[in-house]
Amino acid sequence: MSVLEVAALRIAAGMREVVRDLSFTVAEGETLALVGESGSGKSATARAVIGLLPPGLRQSGGRIAFAGQGLSALSPARLRALRGPGMGMVFQEPMTSLNPAQRIGAQMEEGLALHRTLDARSRRQACIAMLERVGITDPERRLQAFPHEFSGGMRQRIMLASVMLLRPRLLIADEPTTALDTLTQAEVLSLMKELAREQGSAILLITHDLGLVARHADRALVMQAGQAVEEGAAAPLLAAPRQPYTQALVAALPRRGPSRALPQAAPLIEARDLSVAYPGRGGWFRRAAPMQAVQGVSLSIHPGEVVALVGGSGSGKTTLGRAMLRLLPASGGSLLFRGQDVTASTGPALLDFRLACQIVFQDPYSSLDPRMRVRDIVAEPLRLPAGMPIPERQRRAEAMLAEVGLGGLGDRYPHALSGGQRQRVAIARALVRNPAFVVADEAVSALDATVRKQVIALLRDQQRKRGFACLFVTHDLGVVEEIADRVVVMQSGRIVEEGPRDQVLDAPAHDYTRALLDASLRLPATA
Amino acid sequence: MALYVLKRLLAAIPTLLLVAASVFFLMRLIPGDPALLVLGDAATPEAIADLRASMGLDRTLPVQFALWLSQLLGGDLGFSITSGEAVGPLILDRFGVTAAIVLAAVAIAVLLAVPAGMLAAWKQGSWGDIAAVSLATLLLSIPSFWLGLILLLVFGLKLGWVPVVGYVTFAENPWAALHYILLPIATLALVEIGVLIRMARASTIEVLRLDYIAHARAKGVPESRVLLRHAFPNAFAPTLTLVGLVLGNLLGGIAVIETVFTLPGLGRLLVDAIFARDYPVIQGVMLFIALVYVSVNLAVDLLYPVFDPRVAAE
Amino acid sequence: MMRLRLNLVIGGTLMGAVLALAVLALAWTPYDPTRTNLRRRLRPPSADYWLGTDEFGRDVASRLMAGAVTSLGVAAATVLVALAIGIAIGLASGFLRGWVDRVLGAVNDTLLAFPGILLALGLLAVIGPSRSGIVLALGLAYAPTVARVVRGSVLSIREREFVEASRALGNSEAYTLLRHVLPHTAAPVTVLATSLFGWVILSESALSFLGLGVPPPAATWGNMLASARPFMQEAPLLSIAPGALIAICLLGANLLGDALRDLLDPRDGA
Repeated sequence: MSVLEVAALRIAAGMREVVRDLSFTVAEGETLALVGESGSGKSATARAVIGLLPPGLRQSGGRIAFAGQGLSALSPARLRALRGPGMGMVFQEPMTSLNPAQRIGAQMEEGLALHRTLDARSRRQACIAMLERVGITDPERRLQAFPHEFSGGMRQRIMLASVMLLRPRLLIADEPTTALDTLTQAEVLSLMKELAREQGSAILLITHDLGLVARHADRALVMQAGQAVEEGAAAPLLAAPRQPYTQALVAALPRRGPSRALPQAAPLIEARDLSVAYPGRGGWFRRAAPMQAVQGVSLSIHPGEVVALVGGSGSGKTTLGRAMLRLLPASGGSLLFRGQDVTASTGPALLDFRLACQIVFQDPYSSLDPRMRVRDIVAEPLRLPAGMPIPERQRRAEAMLAEVGLGGLGDRYPHALSGGQRQRVAIARALVRNPAFVVADEAVSALDATVRKQVIALLRDQQRKRGFACLFVTHDLGVVEEIADRVVVMQSGRIVEEGPRDQVLDAPAHDYTRALLDASLRLPATA
Repeated sequence: MALYVLKRLLAAIPTLLLVAASVFFLMRLIPGDPALLVLGDAATPEAIADLRASMGLDRTLPVQFALWLSQLLGGDLGFSITSGEAVGPLILDRFGVTAAIVLAAVAIAVLLAVPAGMLAAWKQGSWGDIAAVSLATLLLSIPSFWLGLILLLVFGLKLGWVPVVGYVTFAENPWAALHYILLPIATLALVEIGVLIRMARASTIEVLRLDYIAHARAKGVPESRVLLRHAFPNAFAPTLTLVGLVLGNLLGGIAVIETVFTLPGLGRLLVDAIFARDYPVIQGVMLFIALVYVSVNLAVDLLYPVFDPRVAAE
Repeated sequence: MMRLRLNLVIGGTLMGAVLALAVLALAWTPYDPTRTNLRRRLRPPSADYWLGTDEFGRDVASRLMAGAVTSLGVAAATVLVALAIGIAIGLASGFLRGWVDRVLGAVNDTLLAFPGILLALGLLAVIGPSRSGIVLALGLAYAPTVARVVRGSVLSIREREFVEASRALGNSEAYTLLRHVLPHTAAPVTVLATSLFGWVILSESALSFLGLGVPPPAATWGNMLASARPFMQEAPLLSIAPGALIAICLLGANLLGDALRDLLDPRDGA
């Protein structure tokens, strides 16, 4: 029998339908993945199933039945009795899904007190056992802690513990690991699967990540713009997609690009024993010790080379990227550009360095000034060096926009563009002055898979055409496959492994690199 | 936690010192010779010189400030130029009425407005919500002194329920005293209810969209408990900060209300002193009110971690 | 969305009406607002005197109109003073940070430790009651609030990546501040200025009510209220009318402020 049956579901936002005519079932104990890009309606569907659509969305048609019982016919009290032991939900954002003003213990016990007849002592025992099960050390003491005392990964474990404590027959997991770092992601997901298996819970997994589907789902339902596109057993569906949209999604998975032999040359930019420290926060009594984000790193990048800088969050990769552009000051070591020491240069020397280097940021929503037209954003770099007349700058900006596929959109403001288009603007701005060195800081991480594929292709084509050197900072090994010539792996502020792409990916030497590779969710076919 | 308390307490000290300094130097900017003000135009030059010496006015400004500050720390605020009374006891004497009115008004306003604002947020978009927001905006826009006059007109003159002029202390006759301060309290409470409803509503709306509210609902927690245990405690923290501001606002505007209702409070003392150029009194009252305000905000800061444990951890 | 439009329409209409009244008063009032006539004291409203006369026989309607000129004029000047000082301090402390920020922050905290109009009262004790005294005292009293808002928005904007992008392009700090930071403070400052306008009208009438504002015989709503107080029973309209105008102004400013905040703050939109 199926735990969940959704038939002809419709969800409307005002007059617009965000989910249309969606039907699926989840069988006892199975894992169904709802897969789709942003705007596909997958999260709205999850919320509708548990009856918690956010304000502004409403179910405008269809039937949702849990264990054969239609939810719309249930009284609010019956529905509440179902939430928790019937279906539980794990949310995406661990930073906001636990009540900051309540101790962990109280939040975990709340569900037990509502749904089970247990005395306080056995509730406490159950919480401690469950915390221990999800890998929280010293659970007895941790019950007294507040959420802010835990890291994101720990909070997601606690969230999972609090939901699984009620042994739900259906677990709804809405992008449960998207906000976590690669290594933590893999651990939390495996934990979720294990717990579900032990308790016989079915899982409705909402995700944008095909790799995750391949590894964890029994069946998958691909959604696009509120409608089901294709449904079936996960492995065959990914191996041989029938619908064009699914095919496009699968095609967007990273494929390894060809290896290139680059001519030998002197390094373009070189970090020698570079350290970066964030000053400790000043206090009344003492200044906290400075935080060493990058510790004595040496890295040289040659003209025309694409180097991927890989690591988990807190590895110092972003800090190193910024320090190599002198957007952050070095606390030790030196930075050489074309053989010149630029570690402390100022005035014209610094300007020369800035003119030759550029950066593309991760978040296209915050890296473009929302009050400027796209053409002006792309023309702005041409102010320097002074001398180019304004009409010429505008003409070049237009040409650059056309080159990144945004011809004719120069009069738009950033908010009138999609995420992928904005990132193209950011790339145009970085390249319009023909830099010799570009840092791309997680430049495609915020984008949907199909868009990401296109933007990576754009970056690669531009790199091949213009021949700039590129430091690609990323946590995503898929991007490395596509674009990198060389890979540098960072952990806790130090470089732990470095080498040609194929060598590092196929025969990693360091344990941390191996862990990263294991955790990165690649399709079996491409791995 | 202890460190947090200590940090906050220590951080208040430089602010208070700067407040004292700015009041002192502000008063020195008053045109005219204070000694001349005390003695009048007919005084002999010798008498003026004597008084200047005894008031310390012949020293340099920094010395005067140091002397004044050391007296201040000993609780000595000087003497009123017009009445010759010691300023410290004068202020404490007048503070009673002011404190009674302000505290009662804030308490009533918080008790009425915070639940109203939170409920309005819960039923966002309903008629009740629209009514609450409209009422709040309207109340926010009524000048307190005008509202006071109207209340006085209706309840004092037309209906005769409360006396229109004068004041009786609680010590003399508590029942009569209550009649005198009823309207001032109502006026101040009504005016501040507007601000508080809006703030409580806004912060509750912020909280209600967060995932932990959905998480609580997804656990099957009943709506009343979702609000009482999860939404309101978190929404209350920012509102608490505003209560401090409101209290300060009332203290700052108390002069007007005390004028409307002819109450012998701190605000009236200040205004009379300004008219009389009685600078030791002006100086004393300004300092005292600033001290009370800084203390209130300090108390709010110290209470904050109770509602938001993240704060103490920073 | 509907509430936004309603706020905009009602707020705009109220403010527009008071503004029109003031502009009209510059050119024409029914009677000379300062001419006394003791034979016509405390008349009730009539065809000749629409809102009656006050205790000196002056036409109340004319005085209300003249009061609008005073109140709006003083409020506009005060807001400009507060904005000029506040924006300069806020920009400097937000963008330069370091010791500049610490010194200015300490000064600001000190001034903010005087609640409400207390600081203005103290300043008026020094400056003395006059039109320019009020503008200066209230302007200085409200400048720290402006500075805090500007500093806050500068601090949040300078963390945005487009500011870092500008630096990465090699643009000078001054260019970055003017081209990429300053324009983004316009929205919060506009919202604040609108609310400030209301607060200043309220504070000015409170000070005038206390006798510390614009001195008589010039008409302001605040001093009209004060002088009407002894005649509350015989001529209640004398007390009601000026207060109602202050309330209308405040309501207009509050509604416009709300509408502008919804319009300019993209928090809910996008």
